[in-house]
Amino acid sequence: MAEELVFIPGRWDITYNYAAGKVSSKFFAELRDNKRLMGIKCSRCGRVMMPPRGFCERCFAPAGEWVEVGPEGTIQAFTITVEKFEGNPDPPFAVAYVQLDGADTAMLNYVRGLDFSDLNRAAESLRVGTRVRVVYKEQRAGEVTDFEYELV
Amino acid sequence: MPRNVAIVGTGQTKYTTARNEETYEELIHQAARIALEDAELTLKDIDAVVISQAPEALFGIDHPERWVVGAAGAIGKPVMRVHTGGATGGSAAQAGFFHVASGLFDTVLVVGAEKQGDTPDAQLVLNRIMEPRYELPFGLNAISMTSFQAVRHMHKYGTTQEQLALVAVRSRRNALNNPYAHIRANHTVADVMKSRMLCWPLKLLDCPPRSSGSCAIVMASEERAKGMGKPVAWVRGVGATSTTYYMGDKLSGLPFNEHGDWDELALAAQHAYKQAGITKPGDEIHVAEIYAPFTICEVAAKEALGFCEKGQACPLEEKGWWDIDGHLPTNPSGGALASNPIAVTGLARVAEAALQVMGKAGQRQVDGAGTAVATAIGGTLQFHTVMVVSNRL
Repeated sequence: MAEELVFIPGRWDITYNYAAGKVSSKFFAELRDNKRLMGIKCSRCGRVMMPPRGFCERCFAPAGEWVEVGPEGTIQAFTITVEKFEGNPDPPFAVAYVQLDGADTAMLNYVRGLDFSDLNRAAESLRVGTRVRVVYKEQRAGEVTDFEYELV
Repeated sequence: MPRNVAIVGTGQTKYTTARNEETYEELIHQAARIALEDAELTLKDIDAVVISQAPEALFGIDHPERWVVGAAGAIGKPVMRVHTGGATGGSAAQAGFFHVASGLFDTVLVVGAEKQGDTPDAQLVLNRIMEPRYELPFGLNAISMTSFQAVRHMHKYGTTQEQLALVAVRSRRNALNNPYAHIRANHTVADVMKSRMLCWPLKLLDCPPRSSGSCAIVMASEERAKGMGKPVAWVRGVGATSTTYYMGDKLSGLPFNEHGDWDELALAAQHAYKQAGITKPGDEIHVAEIYAPFTICEVAAKEALGFCEKGQACPLEEKGWWDIDGHLPTNPSGGALASNPIAVTGLARVAEAALQVMGKAGQRQVDGAGTAVATAIGGTLQFHTVMVVSNRL
């Protein structure tokens, strides 16, 4: 007789309320209320960090002044997710790291308005160096998905 | 000055999707026993234990080092859990090395296990490594974040999807010679190209399986190792470099800042090569076990490790340069494309490199393998480890 193996069902379901901190909270308020994307400058080297954070890892110095960036930028990397993964949006969807004009680093977001019927062609339209612009959503909740990118 | 250290025993268990006949602690125990037997030592000989454990959500037991203290033979001994994501096994092996090299411990067991077969949601777990303010909402996981690297490499060097497919074909063909490997197959480039797209440009067969299994190594001081009268693998160099969480910081063209090139791995390799006295890695290293769960990872790694010029890993692949009978065989075990038990994928690279220089790699043995290198990567391609092992001091 084959030995029976027992399986015990389980699930991790834990609630969090992540405090975003002062720096990110200001970024989200500017995004929601003024439709502006604000980067933050390193107080030492002056590089403009997007997304903004409280310090520059390179200089190990605190962040300094706020600077508006965009509204256009350049794709530095992208992918098109075609497979359905638990917890992910329904595919297909494209995301890209975009270096917004005036920023020294690239920020991730969705790229909207693409035709995915031919994947290689869709990928070609997103190739590194492609120009995109920021599009703000009508209803903004003060979160990173309040904006998206679209091809210029 | 650090003491000389040798790997004197290895233990692996079969890598497969689900190891339902053993609990997580039993997998740890199996690998530890096999490694001790291989080292011809008993638990009494072990002075300290390093546990190689990656994200616990992959198997759903929090603070898992608690559970496995007895299974790892650590009762009454110092224990240290190491976790650097995918690089965990590489970091754990280095922690074992540091224990012995420091002179504080003579013989150390490094052991770990992975049991991601217990969840269908491995990519959800790997999505939760993203921070919630700026990146969590975008459906990233191990596959999509590696696609960014592929996109950069293709952009810079003209690398094609067909060239990446060759890495998958060679790896799983090599795995046919490895009894521990999970996916052992004679795929063709066409098979890889026809496999379904997951995150462009990475298709199913560009990606690793979800594997469960366990691995252990025993490390000993020079005095102990020389007294054993058997082949050992001398650790000749170790290097490790970490880099920023922020992927977008590595995508802006600043110096030492390129996601597609793995400058950090190159730096870790330079440290390890300097200790080992290696100046021409492409000629002085005879076999490499590279942590490459995705095809692009092996390409970027070989270029960062100095095995060839930037952009040349794929053209050389087409000439058989990296085949088991080629100039510099890579991943004769099949590597992570054949078996990816995340917590010990890096440790398995070290064990396989050690087996090669001990001459104990069986069907996958590379002729004349005197010096081998093992690497690991973890996080959002953030943690890099390199270890050089050799059959002589």
